[in-house]
Amino acid sequence: MSQENIQFPEPLLQEVARQIAKFPEGKQKSSLLSVLHLAQAHFGYLSEPVMDYVARLLHILPIEVYEVATFYSMYDIKPVGKVKLEVCRTGPCMIEGAEKIVAYIENKLGIKDGETTPDGLFTLKTVECLGACGYAPMLQAGEKFHEHLTEAKVDELIEQYRKNPIANYLGLENYGS
Amino acid sequence: MDRKLLLEHIGVEGIHTHDVYRKNGGYKAVEKALKSMSPDDVVEEVKKSGLRGRGGAGFPTGMKWSFIAKPEGVPRHLLCNADESEPGTFKDRYLMEKIPHLLIEGMILSSYALGCNQSYIYIRGEYMFVLQILEKAIAEAYANGWLGKNIKGSGFDLDLAVSTGAGAYICGEETALIESLEGKRGNPRIKPPFPAVKGLWDRPTVVNNVETIAAVVPIVNDGGGAYAQIGLGRSTGTKLISASGNVNNPGVYEITLGLSVEEFIYSDQYLGGIKNGKKLKACVPGGSSVPILPHYLVCKTATGEDRLMTYESLSEGGFATGSMLGSGGFIVYDEDQCIVRNTWNFTRFYHHESCGQCSPCREGTGWMEKVLHRLEYGHGKMEDIDLLWDIQRKIEGNTICPLGDAAAWPVAAAIRHFREEFEWHVKEPKLCMTKNYGLVTEKTFETVNG
Ligand SMILES: Cc1cc2nc3c(=O)[nH]c(=O)nc-3n(C[C@H](O)[C@H](O)[C@H](O)COP(=O)(O)O)c2cc1C
Ligand code: SF4
Ligand code: FES
Repeated sequence: MSQENIQFPEPLLQEVARQIAKFPEGKQKSSLLSVLHLAQAHFGYLSEPVMDYVARLLHILPIEVYEVATFYSMYDIKPVGKVKLEVCRTGPCMIEGAEKIVAYIENKLGIKDGETTPDGLFTLKTVECLGACGYAPMLQAGEKFHEHLTEAKVDELIEQYRKNPIANYLGLENYGS
Repeated sequence: MDRKLLLEHIGVEGIHTHDVYRKNGGYKAVEKALKSMSPDDVVEEVKKSGLRGRGGAGFPTGMKWSFIAKPEGVPRHLLCNADESEPGTFKDRYLMEKIPHLLIEGMILSSYALGCNQSYIYIRGEYMFVLQILEKAIAEAYANGWLGKNIKGSGFDLDLAVSTGAGAYICGEETALIESLEGKRGNPRIKPPFPAVKGLWDRPTVVNNVETIAAVVPIVNDGGGAYAQIGLGRSTGTKLISASGNVNNPGVYEITLGLSVEEFIYSDQYLGGIKNGKKLKACVPGGSSVPILPHYLVCKTATGEDRLMTYESLSEGGFATGSMLGSGGFIVYDEDQCIVRNTWNFTRFYHHESCGQCSPCREGTGWMEKVLHRLEYGHGKMEDIDLLWDIQRKIEGNTICPLGDAAAWPVAAAIRHFREEFEWHVKEPKLCMTKNYGLVTEKTFETVNG
């Protein structure tokens, strides 16, 4: 990604403005986490030039963006697949078979936790409790929760995402890009 | 019979929309408060209700509200904590997804009571789909005159917005939440100063859980006195419980505080008993941070009393034989589950989520994870059990925020109640590998039951 390509399209700039307007004058830094979600959605991951662009948008220092991007687990500062399969591995999901689901996906896609398929389509990532413990095991793809997983359901999901790879971004319909 | 104060209309088609919510009595509490009550009257009703914070600590809400500083000319803020990341907890998501206007109505009432004109809902980033439901509902509330300037001619102004996290359990801690809402890393602040004096942008701030704020609606509608009649003793009202693990009917339940734990687990109206006809081994009644209870302390206290779903009864016996109501994340384990593995899993969680500011938490959670991994994967030694005990003791009480305690308590309780199972892991290391853990724990169950 070269520096000059890094630019939100108009609808996303409007969305940034809407996020900033949620906060009082001069407190635009409060919108940083939301704007980083948008940036990751649009550019695929948070490269250094992308983070610098966000810093310019919000009139804050680049370091203020790096600090945040490296703290929160949802942000990717390295390239990831088009579809991130994030499987919950925490206690309640574990006792309902999360480990088997992870092993099944690893086998099926030929990748390990944290890796991306060579075609760049899928990244597998284990994550901590997503608030779906009663509907375990579960995974999140993009902004969608898939609950009560079985191997057959995983097959179906992967098939569906192969045909129609939803991107990893969040709330796209609202951003109109 | 359970009273439904929050989820009464949950089954009504379209209840997530303004019009259906309104037809079912929605926003009546706002009308009532703005017309006939002063902000202090609302605080008074909340005090009378005995409502205690539903986020985990159970602190009386009315008292918390009365601590907010009111310096002349400085705006105050109400923040709704919708970070909900405590393993086992998914009740706030349910409420926001199904009946978002109840939270918005509660936010209007609570903001009015506290004199806040700009309030926020901070929601975990993974709940982006819930955020969208909330934003739609907020837009409807603005369109219908419940938010904005001079609400229904009362002279009260309120702007309400939702902002997002990005995957960090620690941001549920109130001062970390504030940092995050300022667009920073979620590092908890040293208290004092308390948020009630210096919170968001150094202004007086109150942070309350989603369910706490929603409960203000029935309190204003029916009066604090009526609310206090429901429940048992100092555990007034109803509580949302999110149940998971090896039960027949996992899910979210609104229970009247005072229900017996036995009825909750075994009645078909609630969890319907343990799945596949198995036996109960243990229960974590209030989210991953609270002490685990072995089967013989789940339905009865150590003195043989019925254990009840109340703040008091669940903590009866202190940490020696009790636990906590916590966030209401009720996790049930059947006889096949391995306590060592579960403890390792939770400790890995806390290590992953430690913000890293304090050495006892940052290093201690990592050490505990390593030792537990060793024990679970068959390389443990007997001394490791005492070592674990020692590490958790040195974390507890020695950190900036309670995450350190939250990491220490589950380890302490697991060793306290299941020491034999830890020892067994050392004696029979081969059987402790992942693939065999079903087998191992069946044996261990017999050991534990003598
Ligand atoms: C590590 C940690 C995580 C927490 N997570 C949450 C949470 O997700 N939701 C919540 O309401 N409270 C959480 N709390 C408790 C909050 O700090 C705070 O006490 C609560 O939001 C106050 O609201 P209440 O009085 O209405 O319960 C957490 C506390 C700690 C120490
Ligand atoms: S106890 Fe842990 S999470 Fe809390 S401030 Fe210290 S290091 Fe951070
Ligand atoms: S443990 Fe997996 S969603 Fe909570």
